[in-house]
Amino acid sequence: MNNRDVSRNFPTRGAPAGLHFIGYALVAVGLMYLDQRGGWLDSLRYGLQAAAYPVELALNSPGAAWQWTRELFVERETLQSENLRLRNEIQLLQQQALRRQSLERENAQLRQLTRPAVDVVERWLPAQVISTESNRQRQRLTIDRGAINGVEERQTVVAGPGLLGQTLRVGPWSSEIILITDPEHAVPVEILRTGVRTLAVGTGQLNQLDLPFLPLQTDIEKDDVLVTSGLGGVFPAGYPVAVVTEVRRDGGSPLARVDAKVLAEVDRHRVVSLLWFRSDHPAAPSDPRARRGGDPAAKALAVTAQPDPPQPAARPAEPAARPAEPAP
Amino acid sequence: MKRWSLRRKATVGIIASFILQVLPLPVMLGWFRPSFAVLAVIYWSLTAPGFGGVGLGFLVGLALDAYLGVVLGQHALATALVAYIAIRQHLIIRNKPIFEQTLYVGGLLLLWESVIWAINGWTGHAIGSWLRLLPVITGTLLWPFLIDWLGSDPARSRR
Repeated sequence: MNNRDVSRNFPTRGAPAGLHFIGYALVAVGLMYLDQRGGWLDSLRYGLQAAAYPVELALNSPGAAWQWTRELFVERETLQSENLRLRNEIQLLQQQALRRQSLERENAQLRQLTRPAVDVVERWLPAQVISTESNRQRQRLTIDRGAINGVEERQTVVAGPGLLGQTLRVGPWSSEIILITDPEHAVPVEILRTGVRTLAVGTGQLNQLDLPFLPLQTDIEKDDVLVTSGLGGVFPAGYPVAVVTEVRRDGGSPLARVDAKVLAEVDRHRVVSLLWFRSDHPAAPSDPRARRGGDPAAKALAVTAQPDPPQPAARPAEPAARPAEPAP
Repeated sequence: MKRWSLRRKATVGIIASFILQVLPLPVMLGWFRPSFAVLAVIYWSLTAPGFGGVGLGFLVGLALDAYLGVVLGQHALATALVAYIAIRQHLIIRNKPIFEQTLYVGGLLLLWESVIWAINGWTGHAIGSWLRLLPVITGTLLWPFLIDWLGSDPARSRR
């Protein structure tokens, strides 16, 4: 075809570019087909994720180093005031926990449950964010916990005061999290005030959710809190998701247009928490695929922790289940 | 000796462009980031089509697929297509005045983005908004500077 179109400096290959291109295009289309249908390439993906992890760490190291240097030179007063604030926060949380324990006991009595009331969270694992991807098509995070830490697909991830997302792809040492703000993600939610259920769809914008399926006459107002409804089989019921920021009802459409702001501070938190749930808890997600006990060590822990009801909500994972800290 | 150093230059350039393409950036800045890896593939396909050929585009695209965690083959197909067209037309394009050449490259970048966009749609992923054309524009605007910096014939006018 165009065998004469060669650079002076490089030896050319035998076949013309057109044939090359057709070959590569067929390979690419074949890959796409296999990847889309039936997960033929799952093990390949697992390997690729393992290979990408060190690259990701290396590429994010300048940012991490900058963060580290900044933390190194924090003023003493700043640290002291932060310490004070955190102590106050702990006190407040302890008070709330006290009240919650009595409420839970009362609730159990009212429901005449014979089983002691235990928290739906069986165990949790902190994870560091190593990279973020935030654009209109994708809102993703990569964290430094993977299959060797017992992380599974479709696992709930929270950050700070609210729901953050779920694990999407789990590699050996890292996992990809799809945020609830990803345009391909929808959370089944409930308006806390009225109990109306709907879906909160991601917008691709930071911290923004959209509630596109509410009829005009729905009772919803600004500052209404949205919590997970427990439907859908991934997230347990009752986790705070977002606060309604704007409700627009224009006559042209039969649906109200509702915007909400995510409670979890997606851009600010460098540490997120992975949660495991007790499958027999009434608030646990209903899908058997999502309710998994984690590794055997965690199960043993759960059994021993079972009898006394007023346990703290969650305990950090056992040291044995934690990996060596990867270099930041 | 000359050939080896050119090959090294191309390899380093491709790797550097890949890093630039996936380096984490603040959200707002990320919108404007041109597709550096594609620009590098176009540049080397135009100036030294014998270096990697269509396979170079395919490999760079596949690396992007693997790193970004998208459908495998998506960027590989788009980048191989762009590399193929650039190689087919390289004698024509690289002898054009810089303005026409830039338009040509803009067209290639637009084609690349369109293929990614189409595959996003076909595979049922979010297709995003018009904002995804911003990298095409910034990439096109970057081309004259790239040529000015690296030269339109790196084999002859090496720095």
